[in-house]
Amino acid sequence: MKIAVCVKHVPEAASRRIDPSTKRLDRSGEGALNAFDANALEEALRLKDASGEGEVVAVSMGPQKASDTLRKALAMGADRAVLVSDESAAGSDLVATSYALGKALAREEPDLVLLGQQASDSDGAVLWAAIAERLRRPMISQVAELTASDGKVRGKRQTEFGYDVIEAPLPAVVAVSDAINEPRYPSLKGIMGAKKKPQETLSLDDLGVESERAGEAGSKTEVLGLTDPPARGDSRRIEDDGNAAEQIAEFLAEKRLI
Amino acid sequence: MSILVFLEHHGNELQKGSLSVLSKAASLGAGDVYGVVAGSGVRELASGAGKYGASKVFVADDPALEAPLPQPRVDVIATLVREQSIDTVLLAQSVLAADVAAGLSARLDAGLNWELVDIEEQDGKLVGTRPALADSVYVQVGWKGEPCIGIFRSGTFDPKETGGEAEVVDTPVQLEDFSTAATMIEQAHEEQQGPSIEDADVIVAGGRGLGGPENFTLVEELAKALGGAVAATRAVVDAGWYPYATQVGQTGKTVSPKLYVACGISGAIQHKVGMQSSSVIVAINKDPNAPIFEYSDLGVVGDVHEVVPKLTELVKQRKRSAS
Ligand SMILES: Cc1cc2nc3c(=O)[nH]c(=O)nc-3n(C[C@H](O)[C@H](O)[C@H](O)COP(=O)(O)OP(=O)(O)OC[C@H]3O[C@@H](n4cnc5c(N)ncnc54)[C@H](O)[C@@H]3O)c2cc1C
Ligand SMILES: Cc1cc2nc3c(=O)[nH]c(=O)nc-3n(C[C@H](O)[C@H](O)[C@H](O)COP(=O)(O)OP(=O)(O)OC[C@H]3O[C@@H](n4cnc5c(N)ncnc54)[C@H](O)[C@@H]3O)c2cc1C
Repeated sequence: MKIAVCVKHVPEAASRRIDPSTKRLDRSGEGALNAFDANALEEALRLKDASGEGEVVAVSMGPQKASDTLRKALAMGADRAVLVSDESAAGSDLVATSYALGKALAREEPDLVLLGQQASDSDGAVLWAAIAERLRRPMISQVAELTASDGKVRGKRQTEFGYDVIEAPLPAVVAVSDAINEPRYPSLKGIMGAKKKPQETLSLDDLGVESERAGEAGSKTEVLGLTDPPARGDSRRIEDDGNAAEQIAEFLAEKRLI
Repeated sequence: MSILVFLEHHGNELQKGSLSVLSKAASLGAGDVYGVVAGSGVRELASGAGKYGASKVFVADDPALEAPLPQPRVDVIATLVREQSIDTVLLAQSVLAADVAAGLSARLDAGLNWELVDIEEQDGKLVGTRPALADSVYVQVGWKGEPCIGIFRSGTFDPKETGGEAEVVDTPVQLEDFSTAATMIEQAHEEQQGPSIEDADVIVAGGRGLGGPENFTLVEELAKALGGAVAATRAVVDAGWYPYATQVGQTGKTVSPKLYVACGISGAIQHKVGMQSSSVIVAINKDPNAPIFEYSDLGVVGDVHEVVPKLTELVKQRKRSAS
């Protein structure tokens, strides 16, 4: 089975900010593999191991620096990596991202496309449905347990009403929950081996994506302004140096909660 | 303007979230407001949307729409948008609605703004407000071209009855092959077992930071000492550590106790929407950058295994000395 895994390069939590001049997320600082995507990658590697054959391709759209994230994916065990990177793709919203990433995925002709639960910078938790639509494939989201057999995938997933079990024939698109597995850490051998694995960078041109369908030009949403969030009441912060429990108890007593 | 609101149903009920969005849309006074109900045997439900402000409700009634799966609903709404010249589609956040909205966005190359907490009309165009980056900034967002698609954050508004009547109109159902390829093998139904946490005055909640299902005893003992109930995050429910009935958040319960103690919980938005109206929030987390600290009254950077048992002991001592 050939599995394509979508991985996003996201800024570190501590440095996340929107640049007031561009009104876009500041992507200039340190970044890393979106933690939720390690679950998707882990699931792909397990499916490949279980069937004893196949290929796992990590696919990302983002700045050049996203190659660090792809190297991490290769170190974890992906066989190959594809980066869609192009100045004209910066600032892409869901419409533009799903169009370009969809082209890169279609080119791979995978049996299964796996995505993570959400991108930790945008919290959209939606891209899979747009990708499934671009590829015209069946889709299952929020999957906490996944099995594949006889050309089908079956996923158990939570909604507002409890757990569904949904089945889809391959080729299909599946987005997994952060509890589906415990992602492996890359081994030293994996890290060393990653450098030798094939890593390809594609421009929008390579994918046949017209520049007016990418980046801000191809986006159908826009940011008009930024404001401060409503003020919250007082909030206290303490570091545990051995007596945090006492301080919590004091606080609860002060609030007449104990 | 003509606004179409996706009316989600479960069993024989239109969902409160959808009706809230419908009332909000109607309150804009920005043109026609319609609803769409898609399912099997759902015609009866449709007229109920009239009193929340829909002048017309389109009904897609077909056995192929029985299961609450998103892709066939994209087909239904895309057809409606084209045939009825709809320029705006609004939805209330849910697992189903998010997937419908994103599929529709790609199908129609139409802009989708998510996490909306407000929307207004400015010079004939819609402008939305949405929090971002763990709610540290509020963003005013717009749409380029039509249709405009928006998803509202869970629990943002309450439904308002204004007492109108809706015309119920059948709409044809034509589905794409790939849209009906996924099938529901077993559909979720509310799981009744487990304690009810909605009425508890004190809730102690545990997340993945507890390290394993066996460590839920830490949380249970603190809850017992405080005379409260135990809750959990989706991550630990999905992993089978704790029952779904105790889950707080977007796909779990919404609670507003006097005290909410979060132990080893990162504080994802989907968790926050279920507990943000608690009067006092105390969080214990070893990561100083955890989003939960952004909305805690008392944030404790520390290890749950150290802090929680000591706190339990102290609470017990105080209760003993008070009695
Ligand atoms: C604060 C913020 C708010 C935003 N709000 C909106 C909005 O309301 N509407 C809108 O259209 N756009 C929005 N965007 C832009 C949005 O991030 C991109 O369109 C994005 O690539 C698509 O969705 P997502 O990041 O939300 O991914 P999600 O749907 O959250 O991600 C799900 C999964 O998709 C995969 N994935 C996501 N992005 C990539 C990628 N670039 N390459 C490879 N795989 C990927 C990963 O597997 C991930 O786990 C926002 C961005 C930010 C930073
Ligand atoms: C459509 C959708 C619906 C969702 N619905 C819900 C919902 O209803 N409810 C919900 O909760 N989530 C929901 N989620 C999931 C949500 O996004 C998060 O993934 C989830 O809440 C994370 O759970 P957690 O905090 O237990 O785990 P994590 O995010 O893994 O956080 C664990 C935390 O524990 C801390 N920690 C680790 N070890 C220790 C220690 N020894 N001491 C102290 N702290 C420690 C870590 O620093 C970390 O912050 C939903 C997601 C989606 C996409």
